[in-house]
Formats: sequence, structure tokens, C-alpha cells
Amino acid sequence: MSPNLRIAYRFLTAKKRAMFMSLSCTVLGVGLFIVTQATTSGFEQFFTKTILGINGAIRIEDKIQDTMRSMAAAGGGDSHFSRRDGVKYIEGVEEPQALMEAVRTFSNVRGVSAVVRGNVQITSAFKTEDAQVFGVRLEDHIRVSDLAEQITSGELEDYRQSPNGALVGRVLADRLQLAVGDSFVVATRGASRRVHVSAIFETGYREVDKTNVYLHLAEVRSLLKRPSGATYLQISLFDPGRAPEDAFRMEQVLRHSVKPWQEREKTWLAVFRALRISTGITVTVFTLIASLAMFNTLAMIVLEKTKDIAILRSMGYERRDITQVFLWQAGIVLAIGAVIGAIFGAAVTWLVGQVPLPINGIFKTDHFIVTWELNHYLAAIATAVVMVMVASLIPARRAARLEPGDIVRGTAQ
Amino acid sequence: MSALPPSPGAAGPAGTTLALRCRNLHRHLGQGEGRVHVLKGVSFEAERGQVYAIVGPSGCGKSTLLYLLGLLDRPDDGEIEINGRVMSNHDDWARTAARGEHIGFVFQFHFLMLEFTALENVLMPMRKLGRLSPEAMKARAASLLEAVGLGEKTHRLATQLSGGEQQRVAIARALANQPTILLADEPTGNLDVKNSNLVFELLTRLAKEQGQAVVLVTHNPEIAQRCDVIRRMRDGVFV
Ligand SMILES: Nc1ncnc2c1ncn2[C@@H]1O[C@H](COP(=O)(O)OP(=O)(O)O)[C@@H](O)[C@H]1O
Ligand SMILES: [Mg+2]
Repeated sequence: MSPNLRIAYRFLTAKKRAMFMSLSCTVLGVGLFIVTQATTSGFEQFFTKTILGINGAIRIEDKIQDTMRSMAAAGGGDSHFSRRDGVKYIEGVEEPQALMEAVRTFSNVRGVSAVVRGNVQITSAFKTEDAQVFGVRLEDHIRVSDLAEQITSGELEDYRQSPNGALVGRVLADRLQLAVGDSFVVATRGASRRVHVSAIFETGYREVDKTNVYLHLAEVRSLLKRPSGATYLQISLFDPGRAPEDAFRMEQVLRHSVKPWQEREKTWLAVFRALRISTGITVTVFTLIASLAMFNTLAMIVLEKTKDIAILRSMGYERRDITQVFLWQAGIVLAIGAVIGAIFGAAVTWLVGQVPLPINGIFKTDHFIVTWELNHYLAAIATAVVMVMVASLIPARRAARLEPGDIVRGTAQ
Repeated sequence: MSALPPSPGAAGPAGTTLALRCRNLHRHLGQGEGRVHVLKGVSFEAERGQVYAIVGPSGCGKSTLLYLLGLLDRPDDGEIEINGRVMSNHDDWARTAARGEHIGFVFQFHFLMLEFTALENVLMPMRKLGRLSPEAMKARAASLLEAVGLGEKTHRLATQLSGGEQQRVAIARALANQPTILLADEPTGNLDVKNSNLVFELLTRLAKEQGQAVVLVTHNPEIAQRCDVIRRMRDGVFV
């Protein structure tokens, strides 16, 4: 052990109260940092998972019409004119097969599914409700959504086997008092079909569970009298974080309106960002207070140790050694505080995760959602390192500047 | 550590026996209205193997002089030579190195590090200098404590030692790196007669055995009489 570390350790352990104070500051700082990270990002991640599980990462809809604008742009024309003109769209996707082939060439694309959507009325033995039917190819759609995991009763296999099977949202099923195996009528503009409930799904997103009914694509085409085309293509990605870049490139290449989930859900994401900022402010304020307390404690230790500084200096210890002695003290507190703080943070995170908290609306949970990420722990410890070092550097440098002559004469300030 | 030859105890450079020399030292203390001219041109020399007593009334500037000689403070004017090298105007690093290697200082109020044992206090300067192996350091520290009569109490914390014992540990510590110069500010001031004699004999014996220059400030006329040289000080000058 280096002499300076040895001295630092002894100074620290001799001052139990000061050590306890600065240790608690570090433990609380690291712990709180971890807990806020774990609890804030928990809900946001769960929301993201929920909406990606329903609507996929990217949606392609509405063909971009070549207008005066693009013609003018192609001819290097007047940009002032083109901006006023804007973009025009033709509703829907006309050639889903060709588009799907093109989409699959993007390396980040995991799956793509063509969806035909229509507004319908659903009549059970009990009553009638407005709803939306989604015609999908099941094998395509379970690659772009969590539909398979969202089934709460019934069997996906039954749906796969029966051409007139239907997947009904939980809330809608409850309203219509439909159970697995019951039949109901789907009607729109004079056309109607009798289908039966193969399974009931629940996404946790209330709007979806209240209105969505999945039918086989052929069934919906015939019901809506739409033999070709699709309302939109739903795409899942390996890395959903890259959706905006991929969407931008797809829009350029495919000449369709392409929307990443971040744009689709920007209202909710803004809410979560606001939440993050507000907890960020809390954590920052607490961190500052903790480092101020740390600074105060270390400055006190330096004041109490001026005689020892004079002794050490008289024996040949350099200014650098004095700085090190006090930085080591901070370092020891930091090392112990980081470990205990991380354990403390994990323990509190676990406890918070046990708190019952039923939420239903934009996602469904019955308890507080927390995340477990190594990054939170690393960030907390990195913040503590910076704060403790800043808080200890000033007292340590001050200690090193003291003149031994001034100290022994009692005039050191 | 330092550019100076690491051979304390042996004869100095070019065969001189002069360990310490200062010329025309001036030191003011205090600020503004309270500024006092404490040292008014002090010159002094100390040779190896000799014991010097500095005596004088309280407040005449003895401690102030000793701090200057021990390179703990800087003079406003004048020069200090340690083993033939002018140190008074050197940078902090060189002065610190010289303190560790050539000077042992015994403060008036024993000034041990209270969180450490007697042995650890004595080890402290050796660990910084790093000239010996850890085992050799421990052996030397133990023998120094033995020499000051504390062989039984090496592992006592400084707080568990009496005033006289603490002072003796401080002396052992000052001797740890075999300095050529030992400066002691009233080393017997707080001790009873028995302990005073013990400490004084220790210091003089070392000066003779190891060829150290010992400079001590004292109020005790008996002890002063037994030194090789007595310098009387009054009002910031030697008389
Ligand atoms: N910080 C200071 N400001 C002003 N005067 C001081 C200060 N420190 C010491 N003195 C004065 O310097 C003189 C010498 O002090 P000191 O060297 O401690 O005397 P001694 O050790 O001989 O008793 C004293 O008169 C004391 O009052
Ligand atoms: Mg004095």
C-alpha cells in the first residue's frame, strides 16, 4: 500500500462521523440516480414495446403523387413555388406485393405485412358496436406485431385453420359479451359476414382493444369489395431505434408516405420526455446538494488535519502527496459508496417494482414498471466519480497549498 | 528524491564539517499595523557532531529562527545553506526533499500523528524517502524506539502515550532518515527532570555517535550548560 493511501485510510477511519456523512451522500446519490433511471425509463420502454407490438416500427401508406412541385423541382425550377405547392398523396398502397418486395431489401427490416382496414359494425347476440376490421395474412402479421403474445383466451391455431375465424379485442368482446367460439356478424355498406371468435387479444392500449377485429385478408377484401391494394404496410425492424432513418430512405426510394413510430407516437413520447426532464432536474439538484455536503465534509477534514499536514510536510512529504492523501480519502469513500449505492439502488428498484399500480389505457400493467440496465449503474457511478472528484479537488488542493511555517505558527488560513 | 548525495552522517561535501549556515536572516511576521520585525539579521553556523543551545527570553524569535533553519518557512532576507547548498531561495520541491533527507525537526508541542502508533509515526518519514526495504524500515524504527526507551510501546497509538513518551517518539521520528541536522524546539520544555535528562542525553549521544549537528532551543539553563555551544538571543538578534 502506498504511504499516501495508508495515511488517507487511517485519517478516514479515525473520523467515523465525517466518513459516514460523505459515505451516505455518495450512497444516496448513486442509489437515487439508479432508481430514478430505472423507474422513469421503465414506463417509457413498456409503452414503446406495447405500441411496437401493435403497430410495428414503420407504416407505409398513401402513394406520393408526382405533382407540379416535383416536376418543377426536377427541372430545377422555382423553389418558392414548390414550397407553397406541397405534396399530394393518393390514398392507400396500390401494389402491396411489389412494395413489400422492395421493403424486404432493407437490411434492418424484420418483417412486413399488408393490411386492409375498414370501418364496420359488429353485431352479437347481445348488441351492436362500431369497430374496425383489419384484414391480414396471419403469418406476415405476427412477424410485425406481438399479436401472438397478446392472445388472452382462445387459440391462434383455430384462427389459422378456419377461414371465418376472427381475433377480437378484449374490451370489444366484453362489450358485446362475446366469448371464444361465439359467432357474430360483421357488416358494412350493405355487405355482411358471419364469423366466429377464434381468440380474444389484449394489447393494453385501450383504443385498440376497443375497436380492433382481425380477419383473414381474403375475408376482408370480399367484405369491403377491395380485391387489390392495401390500406397500409406495417413493418417491424431489428433495431426500432433506427426507424426514422429507415423511414426517410424508404420514402425516398418507394415514393410513398412512410412514418416511423417515433413520429406516430410523438405526443406520448413528448410526455415521457417531460417526465424524464423533471426527474432529471430532481436528480441533478440532489446530486449537487450531495456533492456540496461532500465538499463541506472534506473541507472540514482538511481544517482538522492542518497540523498533520505540517508534520507530513516537515518530514519531506510534497504538496503532491498532501493532495493525494485527501484525494485518496475521497476515492475510498467513492469506491465504497459506489458499491453500496449500486446495491441500495438495485434493492429500492426491486421494491418499487413490487408496488401495485394498475394502469390500463396506453399500456396494461398491474404494478410499477422498472427496468434493469447496466447503463444506469455505470452512469450513476460515472456521475458520482465526477462529482466526488470535483468536490474533493478544491479542499485537497487547498490542503496542499498550506505553508508548514504558517501552520505551526498558527496563522494558516 | 534529491540531487544531494545520500550519505547523511558521513562527512559533508569536500570534507567540510559545516552542516548548517545562515547569514543575515530577516523575518517579519504579521500584517499591516501588526507587522513585527522578528528576526533582525541573524547569522549562525552549526557543525557536525556538535550540540548547540539557543537560549533567550520568550518571544525573542527562537522558534521563528528554527522554522527558517528547518526550511519550514522562508526568510524575507538572508541565506540558508544546508550541507553547502543554498536552500533559502529554492523551490518548494527542493526544499521539501531537503527536509526529508537532511533535516529532522522536533516541534515544541510534540506533534505526533494521533491516528497512528508510535512505530507508524517513526516509519512515516522513512516511507516517504523510500530508501530502505519495508522490513529494514520496520527494524530501524523499532530500534530507534528502543533507543528512546519505548521498545515496549511501539504499537501504542500516539494518543495512548504520555507527554514525555510522545516527545521521545517525536525525537525518534526526527532521527528516522538519519538527517545531518537535528532541530529541536524546546524538546524538554514540557518534561520533568528525569525525562528532560533522558531526552537530552539521547540527543547529544546521537550527535557524537552519528556526527549530527544538533540545534536545540531551550529554557533550561542546566541543559544549556551541557551543550557544546550556547548562543544567546534577544529581540531578534544574537547577543
Ligand atoms: N503571526 C504573527 N504576527 C505577528 N507577530 C508574531 C506572529 N507570530 C509570532 N509573532 C511574534 O514574533 C516574536 C517571536 O516569536 P517566537 O519565534 O515564537 O518566539 P520564541 O520562540 O523565542 O518564544 C514574538 O514576539 C511573537 O509575538
Ligand atoms: Mg518558541
